[in-house]
Amino acid sequence: MKKRSYRNPVGVGKYTGLWLIMPFIIGFAAFTLYPFAASFVLGLTDSDGVHTARFIGADNFTDMLASSELRGAVWTTLKYTLILVPLKLAVSLLAAVLLNSEIKGIGVYRTIFYVPSILGSSLAIVIMWQFLFTSGGLADQLMGLVGLPSVGWYGSSTGAMAMIVLLRLWEFGSAMILFLNALRDIPAEYYEAARVDGCGRVRAFFRITLPLLGRVIFLNLVLQTIAAMQEFSAPYMITGGGPMKSTYTIGMLIYDEMFRYHNAGYANAVSWAFFVLVTGVVLVLFAVTRRRREEDV
Amino acid sequence: MKKLPLYILLTAGAIAMIYPLLWLIGASFKSNDEIFSSAWFVPQSLDLSVYARAWRTVTPHTMGHYFVNTFLIIIPKTVFTVVSSVLVAYGFARFDFPLKRLFFALLMGSMFMPAIVTVMPLYMLWSRLGLHDTYVPLTLPALFAAEGAFVFMLVQFFRGVPREFDEAARIDGCGSLRLLVYILVPCIRPVIVSITVFTFLWTMNDFLTPLIMISSVEKYPLSLILRLSADSTGDGYEQRKIIAMSVIGLIPSVAVFAAAQKKFISGITAGGLSG
Repeated sequence: MKKRSYRNPVGVGKYTGLWLIMPFIIGFAAFTLYPFAASFVLGLTDSDGVHTARFIGADNFTDMLASSELRGAVWTTLKYTLILVPLKLAVSLLAAVLLNSEIKGIGVYRTIFYVPSILGSSLAIVIMWQFLFTSGGLADQLMGLVGLPSVGWYGSSTGAMAMIVLLRLWEFGSAMILFLNALRDIPAEYYEAARVDGCGRVRAFFRITLPLLGRVIFLNLVLQTIAAMQEFSAPYMITGGGPMKSTYTIGMLIYDEMFRYHNAGYANAVSWAFFVLVTGVVLVLFAVTRRRREEDV
Repeated sequence: MKKLPLYILLTAGAIAMIYPLLWLIGASFKSNDEIFSSAWFVPQSLDLSVYARAWRTVTPHTMGHYFVNTFLIIIPKTVFTVVSSVLVAYGFARFDFPLKRLFFALLMGSMFMPAIVTVMPLYMLWSRLGLHDTYVPLTLPALFAAEGAFVFMLVQFFRGVPREFDEAARIDGCGSLRLLVYILVPCIRPVIVSITVFTFLWTMNDFLTPLIMISSVEKYPLSLILRLSADSTGDGYEQRKIIAMSVIGLIPSVAVFAAAQKKFISGITAGGLSG
Protein backbone atom coordinates (compact mmCIF):
# COMPACT_ATOMS: atom_id res chain seq x y z
CA MET A 1 0.00 0.00 0.00
CA LYS A 2 1.25 3.41 -0.88
CA LYS A 3 1.71 5.67 2.07
CA ARG A 4 -0.58 8.65 1.89
CA SER A 5 1.10 12.01 2.10
CA TYR A 6 -0.65 14.83 3.88
CA ARG A 7 -0.74 18.18 2.17
CA ASN A 8 -0.17 20.71 4.90
CA PRO A 9 1.79 23.96 5.14
CA VAL A 10 5.48 23.64 6.01
CA GLY A 11 5.95 23.00 9.70
CA VAL A 12 2.43 21.67 10.23
CA GLY A 13 2.25 18.01 11.22
CA LYS A 14 -0.42 15.60 10.07
CA TYR A 15 -2.03 15.60 13.51
CA THR A 16 -2.61 19.36 13.84
CA GLY A 17 -5.94 19.11 12.04
CA LEU A 18 -6.94 16.15 14.14
CA TRP A 19 -6.31 18.16 17.30
CA LEU A 20 -8.43 20.99 15.99
CA ILE A 21 -11.40 18.74 15.31
CA MET A 22 -10.98 16.96 18.65
CA PRO A 23 -14.03 18.75 20.16
CA PHE A 24 -16.15 17.25 17.42
CA ILE A 25 -14.70 13.75 17.86
CA ILE A 26 -15.32 13.81 21.62
CA GLY A 27 -18.76 15.36 21.21
CA PHE A 28 -19.76 12.90 18.52
CA ALA A 29 -18.71 9.97 20.69
CA ALA A 30 -20.41 11.30 23.81
CA PHE A 31 -23.58 12.90 22.47
CA THR A 32 -24.37 10.97 19.31
CA LEU A 33 -22.63 7.59 19.27
CA TYR A 34 -23.08 6.83 22.96
CA PRO A 35 -26.80 7.65 23.18
CA PHE A 36 -27.39 5.85 19.91
CA ALA A 37 -25.81 2.66 21.25
CA ALA A 38 -27.27 3.12 24.73
CA SER A 39 -30.70 3.54 23.25
CA PHE A 40 -30.45 0.16 21.58
CA VAL A 41 -29.13 -1.58 24.70
CA LEU A 42 -31.78 0.02 26.94
CA GLY A 43 -34.35 -1.08 24.42
CA LEU A 44 -33.47 -4.68 25.26
CA THR A 45 -34.24 -4.15 28.96
CA ASP A 46 -37.26 -3.48 31.16
CA SER A 47 -35.62 -0.33 32.57
CA ASP A 48 -37.92 2.19 34.23
CA GLY A 49 -35.13 4.72 34.69
CA VAL A 50 -34.94 4.14 38.45
CA HIS A 51 -34.57 0.47 39.36
CA THR A 52 -31.94 -1.92 38.08
CA ALA A 53 -32.90 -2.98 34.60
CA ARG A 54 -33.37 -6.59 33.58
CA PHE A 55 -32.35 -7.89 30.17
CA ILE A 56 -35.47 -9.04 28.37
CA GLY A 57 -34.17 -9.64 24.88
CA ALA A 58 -36.29 -8.48 21.98
CA ASP A 59 -39.54 -8.34 23.99
CA ASN A 60 -39.90 -4.58 23.61
CA PHE A 61 -39.48 -4.88 19.88
CA THR A 62 -42.08 -7.63 19.57
CA ASP A 63 -44.45 -5.66 21.85
CA MET A 64 -43.93 -2.70 19.59
CA LEU A 65 -44.88 -4.60 16.46
CA ALA A 66 -48.03 -5.83 18.15
CA SER A 67 -49.05 -2.42 19.52
CA SER A 68 -51.96 -0.80 17.74
CA GLU A 69 -51.20 2.47 19.51
CA LEU A 70 -47.75 2.55 17.93
CA ARG A 71 -49.13 1.64 14.53
CA GLY A 72 -51.55 4.54 14.91
CA ALA A 73 -48.75 6.94 15.84
CA VAL A 74 -46.60 5.81 12.91
CA TRP A 75 -49.51 6.28 10.54
CA THR A 76 -50.33 9.73 12.00
CA THR A 77 -46.70 10.82 11.71
CA LEU A 78 -46.39 9.63 8.13
CA LYS A 79 -49.71 11.21 7.17
CA TYR A 80 -48.68 14.51 8.75
CA THR A 81 -45.32 14.40 6.95
CA LEU A 82 -46.91 13.55 3.61
CA ILE A 83 -49.34 16.45 3.90
CA LEU A 84 -46.98 19.05 5.30
CA VAL A 85 -43.75 18.56 3.37
CA PRO A 86 -45.06 18.91 -0.23
CA LEU A 87 -47.18 21.90 0.79
CA LYS A 88 -44.26 23.56 2.53
CA LEU A 89 -41.92 23.01 -0.40
CA ALA A 90 -44.48 24.39 -2.86
CA VAL A 91 -45.26 27.45 -0.76
CA SER A 92 -41.64 28.25 0.03
CA LEU A 93 -40.62 27.86 -3.60
CA LEU A 94 -43.46 30.10 -4.77
CA ALA A 95 -42.54 32.72 -2.17
CA ALA A 96 -38.87 32.51 -3.14
CA VAL A 97 -39.70 33.04 -6.82
CA LEU A 98 -41.81 36.08 -5.97
CA LEU A 99 -39.17 37.46 -3.62
CA ASN A 100 -36.40 36.97 -6.14
CA SER A 101 -37.49 40.00 -8.15
CA GLU A 102 -35.52 43.19 -7.74
CA ILE A 103 -38.31 45.65 -7.01
CA LYS A 104 -38.48 48.50 -4.56
CA GLY A 105 -38.99 47.49 -0.95
CA ILE A 106 -38.25 43.81 -1.63
CA GLY A 107 -35.94 43.66 1.41
CA VAL A 108 -38.85 44.44 3.70
CA TYR A 109 -40.97 41.70 2.14
CA ARG A 110 -38.09 39.21 2.48
CA THR A 111 -37.75 40.04 6.16
CA ILE A 112 -41.49 39.76 6.83
CA PHE A 113 -41.72 36.39 5.09
CA TYR A 114 -38.82 35.16 7.17
CA VAL A 115 -40.08 36.32 10.58
CA PRO A 116 -42.47 33.42 11.37
CA SER A 117 -39.71 30.87 10.96
CA ILE A 118 -37.45 32.90 13.28
CA LEU A 119 -40.01 32.84 16.08
CA GLY A 120 -40.95 29.43 14.75
CA SER A 121 -41.13 26.70 17.27
CA SER A 122 -41.21 29.09 20.21
CA LEU A 123 -43.81 28.26 22.79
CA ALA A 124 -45.28 31.74 22.61
CA ILE A 125 -46.20 31.08 18.98
CA VAL A 126 -47.74 27.74 19.87
CA ILE A 127 -49.86 29.47 22.52
CA MET A 128 -50.83 32.10 19.95
CA TRP A 129 -51.93 29.34 17.61
CA GLN A 130 -54.09 27.83 20.35
CA PHE A 131 -55.91 31.13 20.68
CA LEU A 132 -56.26 31.70 16.96
CA PHE A 133 -58.09 28.42 16.55
CA THR A 134 -60.22 28.24 19.69
CA SER A 135 -63.88 28.22 18.92
CA GLY A 136 -64.85 31.79 17.99
CA GLY A 137 -61.18 32.76 17.57
CA LEU A 138 -59.59 34.58 14.66
CA ALA A 139 -59.63 31.53 12.35
CA ASP A 140 -63.36 31.00 12.85
CA GLN A 141 -64.06 34.70 12.41
CA LEU A 142 -62.13 34.81 9.15
CA MET A 143 -63.99 31.75 7.90
CA GLY A 144 -67.21 33.55 8.88
CA LEU A 145 -66.20 36.60 6.85
CA VAL A 146 -66.06 34.54 3.68
CA GLY A 147 -69.25 32.73 4.59
CA LEU A 148 -67.83 29.38 5.72
CA PRO A 149 -69.16 27.59 8.81
CA SER A 150 -67.02 27.12 11.91
CA VAL A 151 -64.87 24.02 11.61
CA GLY A 152 -64.55 23.05 15.26
CA TRP A 153 -60.80 22.79 14.97
CA TYR A 154 -60.20 20.93 18.22
CA GLY A 155 -63.18 18.61 17.94
CA SER A 156 -62.52 16.92 14.61
CA SER A 157 -59.47 14.94 13.62
CA THR A 158 -59.21 16.78 10.29
CA GLY A 159 -59.43 20.16 12.02
CA ALA A 160 -56.79 19.24 14.59
CA MET A 161 -54.42 17.97 11.93
CA ALA A 162 -55.07 21.08 9.83
CA MET A 163 -54.19 23.37 12.75
CA ILE A 164 -50.78 21.80 13.21
CA VAL A 165 -50.06 21.60 9.49
CA LEU A 166 -50.99 25.28 9.11
CA LEU A 167 -48.70 26.28 11.99
CA ARG A 168 -45.69 24.55 10.47
CA LEU A 169 -46.63 25.72 6.99
CA TRP A 170 -46.69 29.31 8.21
CA GLU A 171 -43.04 28.85 9.21
CA PHE A 172 -41.75 28.14 5.71
CA GLY A 173 -39.05 30.84 5.89
CA SER A 174 -36.02 28.62 6.34
CA ALA A 175 -36.85 26.49 3.30
CA MET A 176 -37.58 29.69 1.41
CA ILE A 177 -34.13 31.14 2.16
CA LEU A 178 -32.43 28.09 0.67
CA PHE A 179 -34.53 28.43 -2.48
CA LEU A 180 -33.86 32.15 -2.66
CA ASN A 181 -30.10 31.54 -2.56
CA ALA A 182 -30.29 28.98 -5.31
CA LEU A 183 -32.49 31.24 -7.46
CA ARG A 184 -29.96 34.05 -7.18
CA ASP A 185 -27.29 31.77 -8.60
CA ILE A 186 -29.22 31.21 -11.83
CA PRO A 187 -27.77 33.60 -14.43
CA ALA A 188 -30.30 36.11 -15.76
CA GLU A 189 -29.04 35.38 -19.30
CA TYR A 190 -30.85 32.04 -19.24
CA TYR A 191 -34.17 33.79 -18.89
CA GLU A 192 -33.33 36.45 -21.45
CA ALA A 193 -32.38 33.78 -23.97
CA ALA A 194 -35.62 31.95 -23.27
CA ARG A 195 -37.65 35.14 -23.71
CA VAL A 196 -35.99 35.88 -27.02
CA ASP A 197 -37.02 32.39 -28.12
CA GLY A 198 -40.61 33.21 -27.18
CA CYS A 199 -40.75 31.23 -23.97
CA GLY A 200 -43.33 32.50 -21.46
CA ARG A 201 -42.75 32.99 -17.76
CA VAL A 202 -44.57 29.89 -16.60
CA ARG A 203 -42.78 27.72 -19.12
CA ALA A 204 -39.46 29.29 -18.20
CA PHE A 205 -40.17 28.34 -14.58
CA PHE A 206 -40.79 24.67 -15.42
CA ARG A 207 -38.08 24.38 -18.07
CA ILE A 208 -35.28 26.44 -16.52
CA THR A 209 -35.86 27.21 -12.86
CA LEU A 210 -37.16 23.88 -11.62
CA PRO A 211 -34.48 21.67 -13.23
CA LEU A 212 -31.70 23.97 -11.98
CA LEU A 213 -33.09 23.84 -8.46
CA GLY A 214 -32.99 20.04 -8.32
CA ARG A 215 -30.35 19.79 -5.62
CA VAL A 216 -31.77 22.39 -3.28
CA ILE A 217 -35.27 20.94 -3.65
CA PHE A 218 -33.82 17.63 -2.57
CA LEU A 219 -31.96 19.19 0.36
CA ASN A 220 -35.14 20.90 1.54
CA LEU A 221 -37.11 17.72 1.05
CA VAL A 222 -34.76 15.77 3.31
CA LEU A 223 -34.46 18.48 5.98
CA GLN A 224 -38.19 19.12 6.13
CA THR A 225 -39.05 15.43 6.16
CA ILE A 226 -36.75 14.78 9.11
CA ALA A 227 -38.13 17.79 10.97
CA ALA A 228 -41.75 16.84 10.29
CA MET A 229 -41.29 13.26 11.40
CA GLN A 230 -39.97 14.49 14.75
CA GLU A 231 -42.92 16.80 15.40
CA PHE A 232 -43.57 16.99 19.12
CA SER A 233 -44.17 20.42 20.61
CA ALA A 234 -47.11 21.50 18.44
CA PRO A 235 -49.35 18.47 19.06
CA TYR A 236 -48.11 18.28 22.65
CA MET A 237 -49.18 21.84 23.41
CA ILE A 238 -52.04 22.48 21.00
CA THR A 239 -54.06 19.30 20.69
CA GLY A 240 -52.52 17.00 23.30
CA GLY A 241 -52.44 14.41 20.53
CA GLY A 242 -56.23 14.36 20.20
CA PRO A 243 -59.00 14.15 19.36
CA MET A 244 -58.94 10.36 19.45
CA LYS A 245 -55.16 10.30 18.95
CA SER A 246 -55.55 11.82 15.51
CA THR A 247 -52.50 14.06 16.09
CA TYR A 248 -50.60 11.65 18.33
CA THR A 249 -47.16 11.55 16.71
CA ILE A 250 -44.30 9.15 17.37
CA GLY A 251 -42.50 11.96 19.18
CA MET A 252 -45.40 12.26 21.61
CA LEU A 253 -45.61 8.52 22.10
CA ILE A 254 -41.91 8.28 22.97
CA TYR A 255 -42.22 11.19 25.39
CA ASP A 256 -45.28 9.71 27.10
CA GLU A 257 -43.77 6.24 27.44
CA MET A 258 -40.63 7.70 28.97
CA PHE A 259 -41.86 10.48 31.20
CA ARG A 260 -45.50 9.66 31.90
CA TYR A 261 -45.48 5.89 32.15
CA HIS A 262 -41.77 5.50 32.95
CA ASN A 263 -41.28 2.67 30.48
CA ALA A 264 -37.69 3.69 29.69
CA GLY A 265 -36.85 0.36 28.08
CA TYR A 266 -39.83 0.42 25.76
CA ALA A 267 -39.40 4.13 25.00
CA ASN A 268 -35.81 3.55 23.95
CA ALA A 269 -36.77 0.61 21.81
CA VAL A 270 -39.34 2.78 20.07
CA SER A 271 -36.94 5.66 19.57
CA TRP A 272 -34.36 3.33 18.12
CA ALA A 273 -36.90 1.84 15.76
CA PHE A 274 -37.93 5.39 14.94
CA PHE A 275 -34.37 6.21 13.96
CA VAL A 276 -34.40 3.22 11.63
CA LEU A 277 -37.70 4.46 10.17
CA VAL A 278 -36.37 8.00 9.58
CA THR A 279 -33.19 6.62 8.02
CA GLY A 280 -35.32 4.35 5.88
CA VAL A 281 -37.46 7.23 4.67
CA VAL A 282 -34.37 9.31 3.88
CA LEU A 283 -32.82 6.40 1.96
CA VAL A 284 -36.05 6.00 0.00
CA LEU A 285 -35.91 9.71 -0.84
CA PHE A 286 -32.34 9.28 -2.05
CA ALA A 287 -33.24 6.25 -4.12
CA VAL A 288 -36.35 7.76 -5.68
CA THR A 289 -34.64 10.99 -6.68
CA ARG A 290 -31.37 9.39 -7.66
CA ARG A 291 -31.77 9.42 -11.40
CA ARG A 292 -32.99 12.98 -11.43
CA ARG A 293 -30.17 14.15 -9.22
CA GLU A 294 -27.57 12.50 -11.38
CA GLU A 295 -29.00 14.25 -14.37
CA ASP A 296 -28.50 17.72 -13.00
CA VAL A 297 -25.01 17.30 -11.56
CA MET B 1 -47.58 49.34 -13.61
CA LYS B 2 -46.35 45.94 -14.70
CA LYS B 3 -45.22 45.26 -11.15
CA LEU B 4 -48.64 45.75 -9.58
CA PRO B 5 -49.76 42.08 -9.55
CA LEU B 6 -46.47 41.15 -7.92
CA TYR B 7 -46.91 43.79 -5.23
CA ILE B 8 -50.46 42.60 -4.57
CA LEU B 9 -49.33 38.98 -4.19
CA LEU B 10 -46.41 39.93 -1.97
CA THR B 11 -48.54 42.17 0.21
CA ALA B 12 -51.20 39.49 0.62
CA GLY B 13 -48.47 37.05 1.63
CA ALA B 14 -46.90 39.53 4.00
CA ILE B 15 -50.23 40.11 5.72
CA ALA B 16 -50.73 36.38 6.21
CA MET B 17 -47.24 36.22 7.71
CA ILE B 18 -47.53 39.12 10.06
CA TYR B 19 -51.23 39.38 10.97
CA PRO B 20 -51.23 36.58 13.57
CA LEU B 21 -48.44 38.42 15.39
CA LEU B 22 -50.25 41.76 15.26
CA TRP B 23 -53.39 40.00 16.45
CA LEU B 24 -51.42 38.53 19.37
CA ILE B 25 -50.18 41.96 20.44
CA GLY B 26 -53.67 43.43 20.08
CA ALA B 27 -55.28 40.55 21.95
CA SER B 28 -53.04 41.18 24.95
CA PHE B 29 -55.15 44.31 25.58
CA LYS B 30 -58.53 42.70 24.95
CA SER B 31 -61.03 41.24 27.38
CA ASN B 32 -62.05 37.61 26.89
CA ASP B 33 -65.25 38.74 25.15
CA GLU B 34 -63.47 41.09 22.81
CA ILE B 35 -60.89 38.45 21.79
CA PHE B 36 -63.67 36.24 20.50
CA SER B 37 -65.88 38.89 19.00
CA SER B 38 -63.57 40.80 16.68
CA ALA B 39 -61.04 39.64 14.11
CA TRP B 40 -59.58 43.13 13.87
CA PHE B 41 -56.35 43.33 15.83
CA VAL B 42 -56.65 46.87 17.24
CA PRO B 43 -58.07 46.72 20.78
CA GLN B 44 -60.86 49.03 22.00
CA SER B 45 -58.77 50.36 24.84
CA LEU B 46 -55.10 50.31 25.69
CA ASP B 47 -54.68 49.12 29.26
CA LEU B 48 -50.99 48.51 29.87
CA SER B 49 -51.53 47.17 33.38
CA VAL B 50 -52.01 43.68 31.96
CA TYR B 51 -48.29 43.63 31.24
CA ALA B 52 -47.53 44.40 34.87
CA ARG B 53 -49.73 41.47 35.87
CA ALA B 54 -48.20 39.20 33.25
CA TRP B 55 -44.72 40.15 34.45
CA ARG B 56 -45.57 38.78 37.90
CA THR B 57 -46.40 35.33 36.36
CA VAL B 58 -48.28 32.59 38.20
CA THR B 59 -45.22 31.65 40.24
CA PRO B 60 -43.50 33.45 43.15
CA HIS B 61 -40.94 34.84 40.66
CA THR B 62 -41.33 37.57 38.08
CA MET B 63 -40.62 37.10 34.39
CA GLY B 64 -37.34 38.92 35.01
CA HIS B 65 -36.20 35.86 36.94
CA TYR B 66 -36.97 33.59 33.98
CA PHE B 67 -35.24 35.95 31.59
CA VAL B 68 -32.12 35.66 33.74
CA ASN B 69 -32.43 31.86 33.69
CA THR B 70 -32.76 31.87 29.92
CA PHE B 71 -29.69 34.04 29.51
CA LEU B 72 -27.73 31.85 31.93
CA ILE B 73 -28.30 29.11 29.37
CA ILE B 74 -27.99 31.15 26.18
CA ILE B 75 -24.78 33.07 26.89
CA PRO B 76 -22.46 30.15 27.70
CA LYS B 77 -24.10 28.05 25.01
CA THR B 78 -23.53 30.69 22.35
CA VAL B 79 -19.89 31.29 23.33
CA PHE B 80 -19.19 27.54 23.45
CA THR B 81 -20.87 26.98 20.11
CA VAL B 82 -18.99 29.73 18.29
CA VAL B 83 -15.55 28.80 19.67
CA SER B 84 -15.85 25.05 19.16
CA SER B 85 -17.48 25.28 15.73
CA VAL B 86 -14.80 27.69 14.47
CA LEU B 87 -11.96 25.44 15.69
CA VAL B 88 -13.45 22.32 14.15
CA ALA B 89 -14.32 24.01 10.87
CA TYR B 90 -10.79 25.46 10.68
CA GLY B 91 -9.39 21.96 11.09
CA PHE B 92 -11.56 20.59 8.30
CA ALA B 93 -11.07 23.51 5.94
CA ARG B 94 -7.34 24.14 6.20
CA PHE B 95 -5.62 20.94 7.29
CA ASP B 96 -5.09 17.46 6.01
CA PHE B 97 -5.06 14.63 8.53
CA PRO B 98 -5.73 10.91 8.92
CA LEU B 99 -9.37 9.81 8.61
CA LYS B 100 -10.44 13.30 7.54
CA ARG B 101 -13.03 12.03 5.10
CA LEU B 102 -14.54 9.66 7.63
CA PHE B 103 -14.90 12.38 10.25
CA PHE B 104 -16.41 14.79 7.76
CA ALA B 105 -18.93 12.14 6.73
CA LEU B 106 -19.82 11.59 10.40
CA LEU B 107 -20.27 15.33 10.82
CA MET B 108 -22.69 15.45 7.90
CA GLY B 109 -24.46 12.35 9.15
CA SER B 110 -24.95 13.81 12.63
CA MET B 111 -26.92 16.66 11.06
CA PHE B 112 -29.57 14.15 10.07
CA MET B 113 -29.80 12.43 13.45
CA PRO B 114 -33.26 12.95 14.96
CA ALA B 115 -32.85 14.61 18.36
CA ILE B 116 -35.56 12.49 19.92
CA VAL B 117 -33.45 9.35 19.53
CA THR B 118 -30.54 10.67 21.57
CA VAL B 119 -32.44 12.70 24.14
CA MET B 120 -33.50 9.84 26.41
CA PRO B 121 -30.20 8.02 26.89
CA LEU B 122 -28.63 11.44 27.45
CA TYR B 123 -31.28 12.25 30.03
CA MET B 124 -30.45 9.02 31.86
CA LEU B 125 -26.73 9.73 31.58
CA TRP B 126 -27.05 13.24 33.01
CA SER B 127 -29.30 11.96 35.81
CA ARG B 128 -26.77 9.33 36.76
CA LEU B 129 -24.05 12.01 36.85
CA GLY B 130 -26.30 14.01 39.17
CA LEU B 131 -26.47 16.86 36.66
CA HIS B 132 -30.15 16.56 35.91
CA ASP B 133 -32.00 19.77 36.78
CA THR B 134 -28.88 21.90 36.20
CA TYR B 135 -27.96 23.89 33.10
CA VAL B 136 -24.99 21.62 32.34
CA PRO B 137 -26.94 19.30 30.00
CA LEU B 138 -28.23 22.34 28.13
CA THR B 139 -24.89 24.11 27.70
CA LEU B 140 -21.99 21.68 27.94
CA PRO B 141 -22.64 19.80 24.67
CA ALA B 142 -22.15 23.11 22.85
CA LEU B 143 -18.44 22.94 23.76
CA PHE B 144 -18.11 20.03 21.35
CA ALA B 145 -19.35 21.53 18.09
CA ALA B 146 -22.68 19.82 18.61
CA GLU B 147 -24.36 21.63 15.72
CA GLY B 148 -22.96 20.04 12.57
CA ALA B 149 -24.77 22.54 10.35
CA PHE B 150 -22.73 25.42 11.79
CA VAL B 151 -19.45 23.62 11.20
CA PHE B 152 -20.49 22.88 7.66
CA MET B 153 -21.43 26.50 7.05
CA LEU B 154 -18.11 27.72 8.49
CA VAL B 155 -16.13 25.26 6.37
CA GLN B 156 -17.77 26.72 3.26
CA PHE B 157 -16.77 30.20 4.37
CA PHE B 158 -13.20 29.27 5.26
CA ARG B 159 -12.82 27.82 1.78
CA GLY B 160 -13.87 31.17 0.38
CA VAL B 161 -10.90 32.90 2.03
CA PRO B 162 -7.87 32.75 -0.32
CA ARG B 163 -5.05 30.47 0.85
CA GLU B 164 -2.55 33.20 -0.03
CA PHE B 165 -3.62 34.93 3.20
CA ASP B 166 -2.46 31.89 5.17
CA GLU B 167 0.80 31.63 3.25
CA ALA B 168 1.66 35.28 3.72
CA ALA B 169 0.92 35.08 7.43
CA ARG B 170 2.96 31.90 7.84
CA ILE B 171 5.95 33.45 6.05
CA ASP B 172 5.74 36.24 8.61
CA GLY B 173 6.02 33.60 11.31
CA CYS B 174 2.39 33.28 12.28
CA GLY B 175 1.42 29.95 13.88
CA SER B 176 -1.78 28.03 13.14
CA LEU B 177 -3.80 29.49 16.01
CA ARG B 178 -2.66 33.08 15.56
CA LEU B 179 -3.42 32.78 11.87
CA LEU B 180 -6.95 31.72 12.75
CA VAL B 181 -7.58 34.43 15.33
CA TYR B 182 -5.96 37.40 13.57
CA ILE B 183 -6.43 36.66 9.89
CA LEU B 184 -9.25 34.22 9.24
CA VAL B 185 -11.81 35.03 11.91
CA PRO B 186 -12.05 38.69 10.84
CA CYS B 187 -12.70 37.48 7.28
CA ILE B 188 -15.65 35.34 8.27
CA ARG B 189 -17.32 37.70 10.73
CA PRO B 190 -20.75 37.62 8.99
CA VAL B 191 -21.09 33.85 9.51
CA ILE B 192 -20.09 34.19 13.12
CA VAL B 193 -22.90 36.71 13.54
CA SER B 194 -25.31 34.27 11.87
CA ILE B 195 -24.25 31.43 14.14
CA THR B 196 -24.61 33.59 17.21
CA VAL B 197 -28.10 34.67 16.17
CA PHE B 198 -29.19 31.14 15.27
CA THR B 199 -27.92 29.74 18.55
CA PHE B 200 -29.73 32.50 20.39
CA LEU B 201 -33.03 31.93 18.58
CA TRP B 202 -32.93 28.14 18.69
CA THR B 203 -32.10 28.14 22.38
CA MET B 204 -34.82 30.68 23.03
CA ASN B 205 -37.31 28.45 21.18
CA ASP B 206 -36.09 25.11 22.45
CA PHE B 207 -38.77 23.37 24.40
CA LEU B 208 -38.08 19.63 24.44
CA THR B 209 -34.61 19.70 26.04
CA PRO B 210 -35.44 21.96 29.01
CA LEU B 211 -38.78 20.16 29.41
CA ILE B 212 -36.90 16.93 29.94
CA MET B 213 -33.82 18.16 31.80
CA ILE B 214 -35.15 20.89 34.10
CA SER B 215 -37.62 19.89 36.78
CA SER B 216 -37.67 22.67 39.38
CA VAL B 217 -39.82 25.64 38.53
CA GLU B 218 -37.37 28.26 39.78
CA LYS B 219 -34.83 27.04 37.22
CA TYR B 220 -37.26 27.13 34.29
CA PRO B 221 -36.33 29.08 31.16
CA LEU B 222 -38.97 31.27 29.50
CA SER B 223 -40.39 28.54 27.27
CA LEU B 224 -41.28 26.34 30.24
CA ILE B 225 -42.79 29.11 32.31
CA LEU B 226 -45.05 29.90 29.38
CA ARG B 227 -46.16 26.30 29.26
CA LEU B 228 -46.79 26.26 32.99
CA SER B 229 -48.88 29.41 32.74
CA ALA B 230 -50.80 28.16 29.72
CA ASP B 231 -51.57 24.91 31.51
CA SER B 232 -52.78 26.60 34.67
CA THR B 233 -55.38 28.71 32.90
CA GLY B 234 -58.90 27.48 33.40
CA ASP B 235 -62.33 28.79 32.48
CA GLY B 236 -62.89 32.42 33.32
CA TYR B 237 -59.17 32.97 33.46
CA GLU B 238 -57.97 36.25 32.09
CA GLN B 239 -56.76 35.18 28.65
CA ARG B 240 -54.91 38.38 27.89
CA LYS B 241 -52.49 37.72 30.73
CA ILE B 242 -51.04 34.60 29.11
CA ILE B 243 -51.14 36.38 25.76
CA ALA B 244 -49.16 39.27 27.25
CA MET B 245 -46.66 36.78 28.66
CA SER B 246 -46.25 35.31 25.19
CA VAL B 247 -45.64 38.76 23.73
CA ILE B 248 -43.01 39.46 26.39
CA GLY B 249 -41.47 36.06 25.64
CA LEU B 250 -41.10 36.94 21.96
CA ILE B 251 -39.40 40.30 22.54
CA PRO B 252 -35.79 39.03 22.89
CA SER B 253 -35.96 37.02 19.66
CA VAL B 254 -37.51 39.89 17.73
CA ALA B 255 -34.96 42.35 19.16
CA VAL B 256 -31.98 40.16 18.31
CA PHE B 257 -33.31 39.47 14.84
CA ALA B 258 -33.99 43.14 14.21
CA ALA B 259 -30.55 44.20 15.45
CA ALA B 260 -28.61 41.62 13.47
CA GLN B 261 -30.99 41.39 10.54
CA LYS B 262 -28.77 42.75 7.76
CA LYS B 263 -25.61 40.87 8.65
CA PHE B 264 -27.59 37.81 9.61
CA ILE B 265 -29.41 37.50 6.31
CA SER B 266 -26.21 38.09 4.35
CA GLY B 267 -24.52 35.39 6.46
CA ILE B 268 -27.17 32.78 5.75
CA THR B 269 -27.70 33.69 2.15
CA ALA B 270 -24.02 33.30 1.45
CA GLY B 271 -23.56 30.15 3.50
CA GLY B 272 -26.79 28.42 2.63
CA LEU B 273 -27.92 27.36 6.08
CA SER B 274 -31.46 27.19 7.28
CA GLY B 275 -33.30 26.78 10.54
